[in-house]
Amino acid sequence: MRELAIHVLLPTLALVLGGCGEVWNNPYPVQEGGGNILYSAFTERPKHLDPVQSYSEDESEFNSQIYEPPLQYHYLKRPYELVPMTAEAVPRPRYEDAAGRTVAADSRRVAFSVYEIRIRPGIRYQPHPAFARDEAGRLRYHDLKREDLAKIHSLRDFPHAGTRELVAADYVYQIKRLAHPRLHSPVFGLMSEYLVGLKAFAERLKVEEAKLVAAGRKGVWLDLTQFPLAGVEIIDTHSYRIRIKGRYPQFAYWLAMNFFAPVPVEVDRFFAQAGMAERNLTLDWYPVGSGPYMLTENNPNARMVLERNPNYRGESYPDRGEETDAVDGLLSDAGKRMPFIDKVVFSREREGIPYWNKFLQGYYDFSGISSDSFDQAVRVSVEGEASVSPEMTARGIKLETSVGTATRYFAFNWLDPVVGGGQADAAARERARKLRQAIAIALDWEEFISIFANGRGIPAQGPIPPGIFGIKPGADGINRVVYDWKDGVPLRKPIEAAKKLLAEAGYPDGRDANSGQPLVLYLDTTDRGPGDKPRLDWYRKQFAKLSIQLEIRGTDYNRFQEKVRKGAAQIFVWGWNADYPDPENFLFLFHSAQSRAKFQGENAANYANPEYDRLFEQVKHMENGPPRQALIDRMMAILQEDAPWSFGFHPKDYSLHHGWVANLKPNHMARNGLKYQRIDAAQRERLRAEWNRPVLWPLGLLAMVLAASAAPAVIGWRRRERAKGRA
Amino acid sequence: MLAYIVRRLLYAIPILVGVNLLTFTLFFVVNTPDDMARMQLGIKRVTPEAIDKWKAERGYDKPLLFNGAADGGAKLTRTIFFEKSVRLFVLDFGRADDGRDIGHEIKTRMGPSLAIAVPVFVLGLFVTVSFALMLAFFRATYLDFWGVVACVAMMSISSLFYIIGGQYLVSKVWHLVPISGYAGGLDAARFLLLPVIISVVAGIGSSTRWYRTIFLEEIGKDYVRTARAKGLSEQAVLFRHVLRNAMIPILTGVVVVIPLLFMGSLLVESFFGIPGLGSYTIDAINAQDFAVVRSMVFIGSVLYIAGLLLTDLSYTLVDPRVRLQ
Repeated sequence: MRELAIHVLLPTLALVLGGCGEVWNNPYPVQEGGGNILYSAFTERPKHLDPVQSYSEDESEFNSQIYEPPLQYHYLKRPYELVPMTAEAVPRPRYEDAAGRTVAADSRRVAFSVYEIRIRPGIRYQPHPAFARDEAGRLRYHDLKREDLAKIHSLRDFPHAGTRELVAADYVYQIKRLAHPRLHSPVFGLMSEYLVGLKAFAERLKVEEAKLVAAGRKGVWLDLTQFPLAGVEIIDTHSYRIRIKGRYPQFAYWLAMNFFAPVPVEVDRFFAQAGMAERNLTLDWYPVGSGPYMLTENNPNARMVLERNPNYRGESYPDRGEETDAVDGLLSDAGKRMPFIDKVVFSREREGIPYWNKFLQGYYDFSGISSDSFDQAVRVSVEGEASVSPEMTARGIKLETSVGTATRYFAFNWLDPVVGGGQADAAARERARKLRQAIAIALDWEEFISIFANGRGIPAQGPIPPGIFGIKPGADGINRVVYDWKDGVPLRKPIEAAKKLLAEAGYPDGRDANSGQPLVLYLDTTDRGPGDKPRLDWYRKQFAKLSIQLEIRGTDYNRFQEKVRKGAAQIFVWGWNADYPDPENFLFLFHSAQSRAKFQGENAANYANPEYDRLFEQVKHMENGPPRQALIDRMMAILQEDAPWSFGFHPKDYSLHHGWVANLKPNHMARNGLKYQRIDAAQRERLRAEWNRPVLWPLGLLAMVLAASAAPAVIGWRRRERAKGRA
Repeated sequence: MLAYIVRRLLYAIPILVGVNLLTFTLFFVVNTPDDMARMQLGIKRVTPEAIDKWKAERGYDKPLLFNGAADGGAKLTRTIFFEKSVRLFVLDFGRADDGRDIGHEIKTRMGPSLAIAVPVFVLGLFVTVSFALMLAFFRATYLDFWGVVACVAMMSISSLFYIIGGQYLVSKVWHLVPISGYAGGLDAARFLLLPVIISVVAGIGSSTRWYRTIFLEEIGKDYVRTARAKGLSEQAVLFRHVLRNAMIPILTGVVVVIPLLFMGSLLVESFFGIPGLGSYTIDAINAQDFAVVRSMVFIGSVLYIAGLLLTDLSYTLVDPRVRLQ
């Protein structure tokens, strides 16, 4: 036993503890200590990293550091502003009539919008084997046979890497990939409505794909450069042109998304070789870009690592922002070359408790705030101002708050005979409208935000969140159906007003005036677990204020989606996160052509109002300005009066970061923020050591407890053995 | 014995078909191919055409179990069930719904799962058998009484409590090991220390009580009285006779789980951030990835059948009277 201790246990213990350095609970390798490395975490593994398919924020966290679409959002300025990324300037559309003649922007003959984008010369891609060339200038790894891949398991196994300049053709190639028959771009449907020739191009590719399949060559690389796309053309090495049907000013926002990032044809061809996909060597797994970082480790089960792209051209940190940015120290690095951080390590954390504790120990540089840790982290003053708790302040932790470009709401299904507005009879429509208005008043979203969101939200006056054009501050911007303006703040109307509306709707005291039967409404939700009960009780209580019985139909997400899709849900809770900071991206949620039940669109409430539709058709193509604002005001009034939603709230995002992280400003549109951030690695190292000194007395105590527990057994054993001996 | 093994292996085929059918039915009762497509394609801007395309590419555009439009045997073979199931029997797991190779994932994740499961199994067995033997030795004394009380208390506490409590005390308050994470090679040891200890401690209560019951049953038998009458020490009686004769019920519970060690632990892997097969299964269920779910259930079934067969074989090793025919 003693030998076992000497030869096995002690060396193991020494190895375990010796590998930890000064602190024992550091989850990172000792060699990384003091490095210019940012540590973050992710909870959901990314499904797609191919920029033509990826559409979730989780995936964008990685892709947006790697890929460079032509435009980006200004990091500091609000309202959000588009600025060039790889483009030389933000393109202004030129308008053409049906014959291709240039016409004025406000001309009735506008048939096309033409965007010409010029890319800055000299931008180079990250090192990658797809670009590697041999001495003769031929691409090294473009004619690989299966046997060549025998020892290849990751991109690191290719001994050579190369690079090349970013050119306009790469952007054009990616736009063509939106229509690729083997890829599933979520924006293909939308883009094919606008991008000239994209639909026909997709049909052409389908035919070519069918030919390959018929020839027994399924899966062989489809060279998109061989097929022209009418609406997209290369002008010269660094310029390309995109032709859009009609006016679509929001198209510029799409140019800031990764769907329009460049993909080099060599890379697509490289990954399409036989045997690559079997080794998970795909563009969907290994993004290739010209951005500040490159993905050097992709293990979505454990960690993802981004490292500085050695070929990155370097951008300058912005020198202008909002008025308060200078005071907040956000302009201290103005004009300096980015990125500031060498490496970013994202670790997978499935559970909230380890994530939070590792943040407190200094092993993650940022953290969100879950409901469980809210009270520990945040103090909310009587005025509603949030600040970090004394415990967090003592650790130098800082709080960032921002209102998200999102909205949460209760939707009334327009097709429903009770709460909907699609009835043929005008009197029935009026009754339903008043019923919806009554419920909208009764649903106390201020209370909901306070109880269930820890105050993290702003009650919504309409679908458009603050910070986006179209919303009006002050008394002019409130929902007059639900709120009164008193003492400089919006005040929800008293419940009596709702009861009056309910009586006018034909349901005095929550009973049908004709039949005397109680009014029963149905809420479909995915909340059904024990943890959701308080929220469901709250919903019931809100309706009970009007003596309306609310039946909750809890179901799984799939069934819920199906019911909404089929227009079978009566009332349901839903939300929307903006794609881009334009009111059109919220107002289209009420356009009848977007009806979920009829056209599988994004109008989940299936709302339909011809006047609203007409106004929307005008508003969506307008530039921001007073004329657009006037139309939006009218649309908001229609929505507030019709109340297809009970406008809930715009969530407020709270996030924490340690004092050693600088230049952090929440940006709900841009995900490419890592290049702006800076850390003080020395301070982090010092504080980590201070916060994580191992506490050893429990080990001694444990040894004593174990010895004390074993002692009676040992004594008893010996006594018995001796007793037997004496016998 | 060879005939017995062959017969048992042949029995396994209908069992595996049945398990596969059950998994298939249960999965598609709550998920449709449309749901799966939506899960993969996202919520925003998904068109019906995109869903149809996704299903066609992955073979989910066919009927589930019976294809009335096909002829002859194709009525059964040109179905989702047949096409997705038949490859499993040659261990071709195909690709996950996100396009990644399942076999590759399993190979990658098996290591971390075993790294935690094997020490827990070996150490847990050693600790619980030793503790149970001690309680049996001190039967009907205050040591036995308080030992059983401690076991009942320990088995009454949720394993989640051990995990969260352990992480809180050992990692957060005492700073002795990392709270979660994983690293390859020898560096894995410091990440595995806490989950292994917690898993062993969490299993002590129930296992010790079970083994104690087995040992007490053996201790009451005539051969033990005879051994004592011969003047053997209690140590010799316990280790040489009682333990050996109690091996059959112990093996019944122990050998069957050995192959299942590959499958990992759902809860421990999730909380400690260990990228094993347990967390892979959880991720697949959350993502409604049928390809991964059926593969993991299939592997689990195969391993369980292998475990049962190994258990039967192990009987012949510990008890010469057992003959497999």
